[in-house]
Amino acid sequence: MPIVAEFLIAALIVVGAFFLLVGSFALAKLPDMMRRLHGPTKATTLGVGSVLVASMAYAAVVRGTLSMHELLITLFLFLTAPVTAFMVSKAHILRDRPERAKLPPTGSEKGWATLDPSPGSTDELAGFER
Amino acid sequence: MITLACQIALVAIGLSVVFNVYRIVAGPDVLDRILALDTMVINAIALIVVIAMLFEAPTYFEAALLFAMVGFLTTVSFCKYLLRGNVIE
Repeated sequence: MPIVAEFLIAALIVVGAFFLLVGSFALAKLPDMMRRLHGPTKATTLGVGSVLVASMAYAAVVRGTLSMHELLITLFLFLTAPVTAFMVSKAHILRDRPERAKLPPTGSEKGWATLDPSPGSTDELAGFER
Repeated sequence: MITLACQIALVAIGLSVVFNVYRIVAGPDVLDRILALDTMVINAIALIVVIAMLFEAPTYFEAALLFAMVGFLTTVSFCKYLLRGNVIE
């Protein structure tokens, strides 16, 4: 294995592990739910992406074949991390009434996170206030 | 050099999982625990990939892909349950 490729792969692995550690430390350390969301959704996703890129480069250098599994996992994680963060923050706003009172008005009759049905749907949970 | 990097990464990811377990135990709200479990799944994926590189076993990647899918699905369904009181309406 060429020394440049080896050095590059090792650096990618260490950088990815560092970002995973930073994200998890932010999750443990930060004082607030909304601030805690930042660590896992940004730093941890970047870290696992870096580790997966390192694995892809390793497979390409050692076996000589480009492995597509890692690219698939990276793509899936990068697509799903924002959705997860959005769902968690929406559930948080809905569950936490003092947090919701601090938010500015939305400018329409609907709130930021609501249990009201989407426009045009018929829902038996409509108007259910927590 | 790659073996050394993998060992450093294993230690760091293990420490990250310890932080996640702390947040699962101490989290004041159920959403903190959901977020910590999601982070733990991501850490597990990284751990699987690093172990696959260390032992040169390419069959681990299906496990990593399954972990990614199941972790996303459980997080979203937990949040959906908290939002609507129901998973599938």
